[in-house]
Amino acid sequence: MIQCKTSKSIGGMGHSLKRKEDARFIQGKGNYVDDVKLPGMLYMDIVRSPYAYAKIKKINIEEALKVPGVVAVVTGRDLEKYNLHWMPTLMSDTQMVLPTDTVMYQSQEVAAVIATTKYAARDGREAVNVEYEPMKPVIDPFKALDPSAPVLRNDKPGKTDNHIWNWKVGDKEKTDKLFETADVVVKEQMHIPRIHVASIETCGCVADYDKVNNHLTMYMTTQAPHAIRTVIALVAGHVGLTEEKVRVIAPDIGGGFGGKVPVYPGYVIAIAVSFLVGKPVKWIEDRSENLQADSFARDYHITAEMAGTKDGKILGTRFKILADHGYTDASANPSKFPTGMFSIATGSYDYDTTYMECDAVYTNKPPGGVAYRCSFRVTEAVHAIERITDRFALEIGKDPADLRMQNFIKKEDFPWKSPTGWIYDSGDYHAGLEKAMKAVNYEELRREQAEKRARGELMGIGLSTFTEIVGAGPSKDFDILGIKMFDSAEIRVHPTGKAIARFGTKSQGQGHETTYAQIIAEELGIPAENIAIEEGDTDTAPYGLGTYASRSTPTAGAAAAMAARKLRDKARKIAAYLLEVSEEDLEWEPGKFSVKGAPEKSKTIQEIVFAAYTNHPQGMEAGFEATHYYDPPNLTFPSGAYICVVDIDRETCEIKVRRFVAIDDCGNIINPMIVQGQVHGGLTQGIAPAMYEELIYDESGNILNGTLMDYLVPTAVESPNWETGHTITPSPHHPIGAKGVGESPTVGAPPAIANAIVDALSPFGITHLDIPITPYKIFKALKEKQVF
Amino acid sequence: MTRKISVTVNGTKHELEVEPRLLLVHMIREVLNMTGTHIGCDTSSCGACTILLDGKSIKSCTVLAVQADGHSITTIEGLAPEGGPLHPLQEGFKENHGLHCGFCTPGMIMRCVELLEHNNNPTEDEIRWGISGNLCRCTGYNNIVKAVQWAGAKMRGEETPSTEPEFV
Repeated sequence: MIQCKTSKSIGGMGHSLKRKEDARFIQGKGNYVDDVKLPGMLYMDIVRSPYAYAKIKKINIEEALKVPGVVAVVTGRDLEKYNLHWMPTLMSDTQMVLPTDTVMYQSQEVAAVIATTKYAARDGREAVNVEYEPMKPVIDPFKALDPSAPVLRNDKPGKTDNHIWNWKVGDKEKTDKLFETADVVVKEQMHIPRIHVASIETCGCVADYDKVNNHLTMYMTTQAPHAIRTVIALVAGHVGLTEEKVRVIAPDIGGGFGGKVPVYPGYVIAIAVSFLVGKPVKWIEDRSENLQADSFARDYHITAEMAGTKDGKILGTRFKILADHGYTDASANPSKFPTGMFSIATGSYDYDTTYMECDAVYTNKPPGGVAYRCSFRVTEAVHAIERITDRFALEIGKDPADLRMQNFIKKEDFPWKSPTGWIYDSGDYHAGLEKAMKAVNYEELRREQAEKRARGELMGIGLSTFTEIVGAGPSKDFDILGIKMFDSAEIRVHPTGKAIARFGTKSQGQGHETTYAQIIAEELGIPAENIAIEEGDTDTAPYGLGTYASRSTPTAGAAAAMAARKLRDKARKIAAYLLEVSEEDLEWEPGKFSVKGAPEKSKTIQEIVFAAYTNHPQGMEAGFEATHYYDPPNLTFPSGAYICVVDIDRETCEIKVRRFVAIDDCGNIINPMIVQGQVHGGLTQGIAPAMYEELIYDESGNILNGTLMDYLVPTAVESPNWETGHTITPSPHHPIGAKGVGESPTVGAPPAIANAIVDALSPFGITHLDIPITPYKIFKALKEKQVF
Repeated sequence: MTRKISVTVNGTKHELEVEPRLLLVHMIREVLNMTGTHIGCDTSSCGACTILLDGKSIKSCTVLAVQADGHSITTIEGLAPEGGPLHPLQEGFKENHGLHCGFCTPGMIMRCVELLEHNNNPTEDEIRWGISGNLCRCTGYNNIVKAVQWAGAKMRGEETPSTEPEFV
């Protein structure tokens, strides 16, 4: 049961307040970027490459220019004149805006057509004729490292191979020695496939350059408007677009999940064209363009190993990764962490020996390596550790729940230092798993499974007990392009006691307009319904690094609490003045200060705020405003215990998820309804890669499922009825004890599902299947084992 | 080359001159400037553009504007008078947290209008199959199912189920 400190009318933390933002969305009054329409606006469409790797011999634009309504066709050669044909990626690699010589992946941008209407731009696109000289692409990341492979990035002076970087962490010598001597060693090769966030709104922008005032307003689908403003100024400062001349507005965003963090070429081309013609330019990509060219997620090939004792004690792990980044490293990780937070892969278990290594390579595929509702490669890490833990349990014949209970880090051992150096803030892993096991009646399920197995039926039970790592991050380690990963809140309370608060983050459906108001309501006692929340406009909001990686609550949520506490300190001073007592004689309850021992003498927060404008103490600054930039002292470590039950049809190999129980621990809960909603959604984005989604390329680099006809986003039919619950272990270092939750379920669900399926098939000697696990994959595996 | 058409949108008759190839969704969004109807794909897969054509839910990206000539359409903007009272489905989605980013919501609601008109007391399975032409990437569908059941109860004049989240 969640305890609330405030009344429902104040609506602080713990109340399931209905969302404030919903009114406009349910009435068709949201304002998404494609809804922005400006006078004189032009439309942009993009010509894309049919080849994965080809030289551009010639771009014939004459016919396109004859199309009625077409204003211009822009190529890489045009951008080259302004040195805008290349741009930096967030990982300090380089990416083409438009190519001058070579295309590096299928659907890469080749030219842009600008026209007076959407349809004319599309007609123009069809009329552009590009002559290519196709080359043999490098598609398989393992072959990319072959000395005979062509060097894809020969634009980089001195580059002699397709290797991008090597990353390692842990104690190699100690780990290798352990694996030589341990009683039990298990090993599996896993591919965490390339997938796409496929938010229902694609990406797009309206770039509006005003020649008279030399000012750019950029409406765009971005999860990080401030960072984008800085990037624009860094890239285009040399043509006069310095940072004060740029305003980025992220209007309502139709889902982000990490796909709206990067800067895509389309945005830059739109800015360049608007800058040159002095008119607003709208670019909205199609779904197919979105799936085929925007940042992918995952694509890690992992060799996972675990060493332990025969009675189930985990002693160590070893992970070797090959990361396919496409033709440039355009992933979105904090600068010092090329593999993101993969080093959380030691998991929820108490052992001290590990070694992890990753090599990244270039291939002729789209760039990316962004999140898919996951904080910086944590999904890959959790899949590896949770799958190999089950593999270990299978090897020694121990129940995977018992094995986990035996190895969990104990509640009293927090804060706990992981073998890769993270300080886990808090957790109670035993309590979470116990709750999940009780909810599904675990022992009964195992009994049922034994009976069914005896009859030859396929039933599986899968567990995932994961530790997440979110809230990036402390400035000593975390930055993106040098900018520290703090976040901010500014609260202004008006004379009548109503407020507006602004943030450096940007909701894409998370419900910030409601939850941030609840945090401030909790701290100040002003009803949440009287607190307006605004994000996404760089002209009005304080600087922040944006919303991704479950960081909004850990960073901006903390900033909201801290800014509110500054105001409460001021309120105390004003109350003492109004009540003619000393500050120490006052006590706070949500919404008012009263005199200790004389509760009838009190001042409400509304009276105090009014006094701040009408009757403030002499010498005190008037008004009632505060800003806070919150630099988190540590990351937060949400956790979860998930149990999945599957039945597999032995004839058709169809997989049915019978039950899925998710117990999450995200620390203190701001709004239970919203947290639950986040978990539901994240779980469906967990079953998606586990059973349905994968971007598939043939050996020529053609994408085989680049539309929503064949890239299988789960519908309500594929998505089971999720059962959710929570344990609450507050973060000790976070001002409101919260941890962040948006991504936990996406991280935790895939291994629970994979473990359940492998559990069902384990009597036939099957120890691993790569996700997405489809009926056909099961059929093939069973056939290999001569079950058919 | 354009064609003259006459379409009634949310009760208002519009006489328009359109290209024969103009998609109905573009007529709604670009010509009539009603942006509540969204576009989420180019293969008629996502359902974000769902509207009612003569009371039947259709994906307006799959119909040409000229095909709507002489017909009547309803979009999310026409479901309830501005400022309320809301349609039970709009209310149901809000009360049951049936939306996150809001992008699929208008299409999802319009699909459910027809669903409930055919059957105002659908089972969970009937709802799930009934909305399987509409994709939502945020909610995981649990609460959309709940929202539709809630709206059904309201439309039947029965007491609406609790909107408090249930936890195991």
